[in-house]
Amino acid sequence: MRSVSIIGAGCTKFGERWDDSLRDLVVETGIMALEDANVSGEEIDGLYVGNMSGGQFVSQEHIGALISDCAGLSRLHVPSTRVEAACASGGLALRQGVLAVASGYSDVVIAAGVEKMTDVTGGVAADALAAAADREWECFFGATFPALYAMIARLHIHRYGTTREQLAAVAVKNHQNGCNNPISQYQMEITIDDVLRSPLVADPLRVLDCSPITDGAAAVVLAPTEMARKFSDGPIRILAAAQASDTLALHDRRDITTLDATVSASRKAFDMSGIEVKDVDLAEVHDAFTIGEIVAIEDLGFVEKGEGGRAVIEGVTAIGGDIPVNTSGGLKACGHPVGATGIKQAYEMVLQLRGEAGKRQVEGAEVGLTHNVAGAAGRR
Amino acid sequence: MSTVPRFWRHIPQRYNLVGTHCKNCDEYYFPPRTICPTCRREARMEDHKFGGEGKVVTYTTIYNATDDFKRQTPYNLAIIELAEGPRLTGQVICSPSDIEIGMRVRPVFRILGRDGDRGIIYYGTKFVPA
Ligand SMILES: [Zn+2]
Repeated sequence: MRSVSIIGAGCTKFGERWDDSLRDLVVETGIMALEDANVSGEEIDGLYVGNMSGGQFVSQEHIGALISDCAGLSRLHVPSTRVEAACASGGLALRQGVLAVASGYSDVVIAAGVEKMTDVTGGVAADALAAAADREWECFFGATFPALYAMIARLHIHRYGTTREQLAAVAVKNHQNGCNNPISQYQMEITIDDVLRSPLVADPLRVLDCSPITDGAAAVVLAPTEMARKFSDGPIRILAAAQASDTLALHDRRDITTLDATVSASRKAFDMSGIEVKDVDLAEVHDAFTIGEIVAIEDLGFVEKGEGGRAVIEGVTAIGGDIPVNTSGGLKACGHPVGATGIKQAYEMVLQLRGEAGKRQVEGAEVGLTHNVAGAAGRR
Repeated sequence: MSTVPRFWRHIPQRYNLVGTHCKNCDEYYFPPRTICPTCRREARMEDHKFGGEGKVVTYTTIYNATDDFKRQTPYNLAIIELAEGPRLTGQVICSPSDIEIGMRVRPVFRILGRDGDRGIIYYGTKFVPA
């Protein structure tokens, strides 16, 4: 297998982009990534796009052909593949791109992600997102996505003494980071009290524990590491990209407070890359809900099981802490256009590892890890 | 809105808690599985009707629901461990302040929801404190 590097990256502003369609977002991010990589259309061997639910959000399927067409690649007949894995669609698109380049089948590949979520009402969006859960055996009985994470949180609190304030501290930190990220949906600080006073969504989770509904797109350009310098002065090497899965329904998991898929994928990624958890300088993890970040830093091995809440409130995961987490603002503050999230995480890591992350720069960052859930974990 | 078969085909499971039992490893499954994830090709599955007594493993109270469940809010949702071992997701009918981890529950037959404003009303199992 060949070593693969990211030679260019782009990301749209995240937010409620009412003036822009899914197509507009794709074109915007595509141009940014290709200019950054200094790549022309003729050089592109393939395209992978993460998109969870074009069908439900904008009544459009066949997103692979659509984005290749919008990107001006139709006359070159570039193969374009949509990848769907709910909220991890972006992470999986990236991994598919890595596999294509690593195998030698393709040289220059674009891995993109897009979701246009604000063309439907909140209820429709909630139902589309609930399709990531088990429709027949969870949603049918009234489960929502926040409710499933709320049940993880409830048991985590019961078992490990995690507090409501510790959950809130995740949102407070990620909003602080988001304030220093120009693409972030939210550019405002919040306090622990703000979180605790926000309306209940699914007890114990409140509105400010939840990532928002977001429009956005992101793209990275991949090439074999041996060719990367031809395009880019600052290619970022992907040391490993691993993926794992688990039961669809939460109630069937071995342990409700552990994502075994995260544990499995991160073990594979550490094995493949030959580096250890202590070598990681920063991480972007899947904080669709505040409890998600706490469970993620435990399952990735940054802290012991049950210690995640304490670590966050003590600043271990803040910029300047032992392991800065979600410098972009995470899904919570930067926004969560589901199909784009995994690629945005890679985009943030590219900026950090190039030293171009501005006020939120982690000094001396050399190794980063990204973690995209619904079943994926990639790292570099 | 969905057609009738979508609701019809799960009536035995949702009305009467019929799941499966693997005779090879003696594990019980609800919701029912066709393939035992422990034994896979060696699995020998048979139907099993669960009594429905169980305990709350974890729970939440939902204040913000999808459109189909909006009129029921707030309602309790729990992961319930049945006496035979398997876990399922279901509603627990009681005050949000009364539900707790470890609480014993028993099944009742209720309206579960409506498929949109004019769609099918569908039924199944909910739980109440035992
Ligand atoms: Zn078996």
